Amino acid sequence: MATFLNEVWRTRSYSNQDICPKINASSKQRPRRVRPLSLAGHVGFDSLPDQLVNKSICQGFCFNILCIGETGIGKSTLMDTLFNTNFENFESSHFEPQVKLRAQTYDLQESNVRLRLTVVNTVGFGDQMNKQESYQPVVDYIDRQFESYLQEELKIKRSLHNYHDSRVHACLYFISPSGHSLKSLDLVTMKKLDSKVNIIPVIAKADTISKSELHKFKIKIMSELVSNGVQIYQFPLDDETVAKVNTTMNGHLPFAVVGSTEEVSVGNKMVKARQYPWGVVQVENENHCDFVKLREMLICVNMEDLREQTHTRHYELYRRCKLEEMGFKDTGPESKPVSLQQTYEAKRQEFLVELQKREDEMRQMFVQRVKEKESELKEAERELQSRFEQLKRLHADEKAALEEKKRLLDEDQSSFSKRRAAAQLLQAQSLTANGKKDKDRKK
Amino acid sequence: MTANSRYRSRAPRSDDGEEKDYVGFATLPNQVHRKSVKKGFDFTLMVAGESGLGKSTLVNSLFLTDLHKDRKLLNAEERISQTVEIMKHTVDIEEKGVKLKLTIVDTPGFGDAVNNTECWRAVTDYIDQQFEHYFRDESGLNRKNIQDNRVHCCLYFIPPFGHGLRPVDIEFMKALQDKVNVVPLIAKADCLTPSEIKKLKERLREEIDKYGIKIYQFPDCDSDEDEEFKRQDKELKESTPFAVIGSNTVVEARGQRVRGRLYPWGIVEVENPAHCDFVKLRTILIRTHMHDLKDITSDCHYENYRAQCIQTMTSSPDFPSIQLANIMHGALFKLL
Repeated sequence: MATFLNEVWRTRSYSNQDICPKINASSKQRPRRVRPLSLAGHVGFDSLPDQLVNKSICQGFCFNILCIGETGIGKSTLMDTLFNTNFENFESSHFEPQVKLRAQTYDLQESNVRLRLTVVNTVGFGDQMNKQESYQPVVDYIDRQFESYLQEELKIKRSLHNYHDSRVHACLYFISPSGHSLKSLDLVTMKKLDSKVNIIPVIAKADTISKSELHKFKIKIMSELVSNGVQIYQFPLDDETVAKVNTTMNGHLPFAVVGSTEEVSVGNKMVKARQYPWGVVQVENENHCDFVKLREMLICVNMEDLREQTHTRHYELYRRCKLEEMGFKDTGPESKPVSLQQTYEAKRQEFLVELQKREDEMRQMFVQRVKEKESELKEAERELQSRFEQLKRLHADEKAALEEKKRLLDEDQSSFSKRRAAAQLLQAQSLTANGKKDKDRKK
Repeated sequence: MTANSRYRSRAPRSDDGEEKDYVGFATLPNQVHRKSVKKGFDFTLMVAGESGLGKSTLVNSLFLTDLHKDRKLLNAEERISQTVEIMKHTVDIEEKGVKLKLTIVDTPGFGDAVNNTECWRAVTDYIDQQFEHYFRDESGLNRKNIQDNRVHCCLYFIPPFGHGLRPVDIEFMKALQDKVNVVPLIAKADCLTPSEIKKLKERLREEIDKYGIKIYQFPDCDSDEDEEFKRQDKELKESTPFAVIGSNTVVEARGQRVRGRLYPWGIVEVENPAHCDFVKLRTILIRTHMHDLKDITSDCHYENYRAQCIQTMTSSPDFPSIQLANIMHGALFKLL
């Protein structure tokens, strides 16, 4: 990992562009011939790369690896072997209903270089009966990391230099050593991922394939990838210092690896190996497997390039797609360059107008509703009033009728009492007359 | 000849008269042997498992022939939505005058597609079809040449790359456990160290118990066998499921030419019991238990199928009388 520094020294890291954006912009818009000048003495700006390196070392580096492979294929063991340490791993079961991702972050240090390593493993990949949706959780995870970086970039108050970059820099795809060809699931998954992440396919548990079978297997895999248009990560050839070794390594893809954390004594040394009754497979023996090649390519030579590719290619593609979705464009209707600011302003205006329109609409609707309700209530009031009148009339009529009845009754009563009085008088008169007659008789 | 005279044998002429009590039916085994050699044997073996687990190579190693001369392997893109097919290869092989008609049933495409729901259906349909065929033949009127195409044994290949059984393994074995003798194997065992093999076998045995999968059980040996045989038998039973390696190539190892795989770090010998369980599998499958597999297929699995079939037939409303006559015919013959 100390060779990491050399890599940084060599490649232009993207933080460089942030330092001098104005110059770049102006040189794009107004290309003018810049004349080269020769120096009369030693100025000293040849220490710029060193300054960059020192700054990077102070900051520390970060690297994120995604491992995709079936349960038990050896992802955790390979990570342990690559980084020569023991990440806490636990065995997954074969019965996960869906594919999940498990991310763990570690801080490693080698000489004076600090590395923040995030290892993301798939859990339950390839175990389900129906694997049509298996790739989706992986794609979602990668997109989520891009999205959070984009959000940070678009913030008003942002702190990109402090931001913990969680975007996936490299994806190790573990191919099962069947010896024939890729599985259908491998093809489908890699096709979905090749535009989002740097895919490095590896053949896992390669100690089950003999040399001749391995040669045929590698050729078959590469031809299947090519014929299906899957773009895997190619080690860069633009830098002369590493172009040669990268070209050779590109020809050895996919790497056939064997992982082991156990040590076996071979000769008079303890080496990482697997002990079989018929022999010992040494992990770091180039004759036995391609582990050393993978370690060199992934960590020693191309780690920085992987990070750069992630940022300049995959992330930019994601960003472009996302912004286009939101309606931002680089060129306006008359092919005039439109800046983000203008588009943003226009969008904001649009939004505010829309908002105003909606508000007006709502207000109108409210007024109308009120009117309706008012008329309804008035109507009800009128109705109530008429009913009241009607009832009142009825009541008056009845009262009149009753009064009439009472009068008649009173009349009857008075005539009756008159007649009774008369009858009584008559009776009293007849009684006295009878009494007199009796008296007369008696005499 | 009356019954009595049939049993009274003619004692072979001898002067000392020792063989007076010799009846002669001790030669029955020889007669059986002779007849069976004349008739010849047949055996149907099914191999199932994902592509690339070494099924064809193992079959070639078991029977020491090359059964799959020109087979076409599909590309990954073609296998995305592949359906399971059934392919039969029948060969006649002979050893010391004993003829064997061997049929290998292959299941290309099993577990290869992206969506493998019910991928075992083609396999169970095939097995049922063979049972039905035999059932029809057995209940037919002319039963001289009944061909027994029923599947006698199914070798199921479990990949060694995982931690145990996967959902597709469990579903397949459970679908087939009542129709055929299932023998699970750990394929490509040369990617596991001895301690890893031990752990995986224990795990598999545990999971097979846990999920209630009925695999083929070796019959217990009789109690009057000698200790050596009993020990061997016990060892055999404790090393299931067998971890096998197959090879199509012959390599030079320890001065001999053996079937094996050549690696930069050593040579794996297929027939070395310290390297894998191939020899045990061969012994069980061919040398000692082949007939037992056939017996269980016909006495157990086929009878279950037949009983089920008759039950569904008699309980259905439209029951043709001709079929009933056939069944009764067959039942009568069995009784006789």
